[in-house]
Amino acid sequence: MSHPSQAANFLKDEKRAHWHDETLWFVREKRDISSKGIPEWEELRKLASGIKDHVLTKLDYYLEELEKKATENGIKVHWAQNAEEHNKIVLSILEEKKCKAIVKSKSILTEECHLNPFLEKHGVEVVDTDLGERIVQFLNQPPSHIVLPAIHLKKGDISEIFHEKLNTEKGNEDPTYLTNAARIHLRDKFMKAKVAITGVNFAIPETGEFVVCTNEGNADMGVHLADVHIACMGIEKIIPKREHLGVFLRLLARSATGQSITNYNSHFRSPAPGKEIHLILVDNGRTKQLGREKFKNSLKCIRCGACMNTCPIYRRSGGYSYGSTVPGPIGSILSPGIDVKKYSTLPFASTLCGSCSDVCPVKINIHEQLYEWRQEITKAQGWSAKGMSMKLANGIFKSPLAYKVSGKILRATLKTLPNSIIYNPLNVWGKGRTVPEVPKESFKEWYQKNRS
Amino acid sequence: MSSKNLILSKIKNLAQKEKPIPEIPNFETPEDLPETFVKSVELNKSAVISSMELKDLVNSGAYPKVYSGSKLIEDLKTFPLPENPKDLNDLDLAIIDGQFGVAENAAIWLEDENLGLRAVPFITQHLVIVLEKSKILGNMHEAYVKIGSQFSGFGIFIAGPSKTADIEQSLVIGAHGAKSLKVVLV
Repeated sequence: MSHPSQAANFLKDEKRAHWHDETLWFVREKRDISSKGIPEWEELRKLASGIKDHVLTKLDYYLEELEKKATENGIKVHWAQNAEEHNKIVLSILEEKKCKAIVKSKSILTEECHLNPFLEKHGVEVVDTDLGERIVQFLNQPPSHIVLPAIHLKKGDISEIFHEKLNTEKGNEDPTYLTNAARIHLRDKFMKAKVAITGVNFAIPETGEFVVCTNEGNADMGVHLADVHIACMGIEKIIPKREHLGVFLRLLARSATGQSITNYNSHFRSPAPGKEIHLILVDNGRTKQLGREKFKNSLKCIRCGACMNTCPIYRRSGGYSYGSTVPGPIGSILSPGIDVKKYSTLPFASTLCGSCSDVCPVKINIHEQLYEWRQEITKAQGWSAKGMSMKLANGIFKSPLAYKVSGKILRATLKTLPNSIIYNPLNVWGKGRTVPEVPKESFKEWYQKNRS
Repeated sequence: MSSKNLILSKIKNLAQKEKPIPEIPNFETPEDLPETFVKSVELNKSAVISSMELKDLVNSGAYPKVYSGSKLIEDLKTFPLPENPKDLNDLDLAIIDGQFGVAENAAIWLEDENLGLRAVPFITQHLVIVLEKSKILGNMHEAYVKIGSQFSGFGIFIAGPSKTADIEQSLVIGAHGAKSLKVVLV
């Protein structure tokens, strides 16, 4: 997995790449307008960050409290150390209910656990019900953005796949028409599903409830029509009390899409009469990340996607170039924690401009952690072309003669340097760049001629 | 060791020093709450109508199947609440009471007792929420103080009609849930 080569793939379609860049920037601008409408915005970010800091230092206590209160409320709580255990728990519930078809609303955790292929292998039909997720599911693709799963696609692509799967009119690209076709198609799935799966945005140990936020209402359509609701959450989703929801709900949608709040903010505390709620608490590497002093802050993430929309690299390379469940800046600090070898290029997919940290609603120092990961990865790899050239430069700058001679050589070679050296696969940096025009003489020579 | 104990022991073994939890201060709220609320409703692509306008709409026959659980306005229902929520699939209009609204974002709080069945505000084609003008709060912090510890198996902030922008970021109203939301202030 290499980010630069995947990004090059994305950039082949120049027009589309440009559209992607502009569209995400537009979302970023909506976030700016929305956040500036709140005078206490910066204070809210500080509060959210502080609340999460506190939770992470007492996570064991809060998890036990959550289990206790949720159980009292009639919710069945399960614990999973990893993706495999999580998937097995879900399957065992489905088998007990003799359920062969489920509806699922957006959950980055179930993507992380690769739940869909696991269930499909066991003969369960999984229907993703978020419109964007359903679109990418039809195409056998993962989401390319955690809030806007199909942002890499154009309406022409969607029209084509809907024509094939939902029998919509060929060539009809009207978003309202296409959305309505999906509405009819998914309503039928909602009416038939016995079990619905959702993610969790926030879980509250104080009350034993959890909160799920959507704009489409797909999570609620699923769970209120099904007999069984399975909610899957990473253990870091906890905030201590109900009153803290006020802080996070003010930040989440404004950061994600620029809305003042998501349309539907559902608080699940106990099952409706005759129904069941299961809550699965998943570790899957989170306790390990919590033990890494430099990186544990990444667990504060509330998955708003603001860092992706603002990132000059993400906007110009697309979600798939990261090859990880969570792409973009936050994904580039989470993924190496899971598999540092596989994701070794991700922390380098950044200009370290710091815009991600500036927009993060929970004030994660994303760009600093990217820099820290670079140190770790370079240490682990022990060699890099850039490292070698820095050593060479160090020698040249130490000796005046070496400096003078190498300047002459460089000016001579840059003029005649074959393109194959700049644009060869080993020189990733040369992609999309060219060498500068070379002056005939050095500054020193020019100065001696003109000013001395 | 069970998975629960393994996860908990991994966290305990880190022996982290507890960081204090910050206090949420009182933030300023808009002066004219109803006016700000109405503006927020419109920004969210909903509309505010009067109870007379609602009555006229229902009488016009535009919504053949109407369920109303509202105690705040005259009963307009043409359809009783079924036992199975799936029997609501052809419901045209649901009218329910909200407990209070929030001016900053037009979110309206509802609990089990307001909904009848939890599926009502989602499965209906169109939704009307009735709200007392005097029950509009400033921001989400005040909202959670108001909710306090009151118990409902299900509670929800609804802030608009079902929406999506998943196709090229074009806003479409009516993804899965209600295609329109109207708020009646009484």
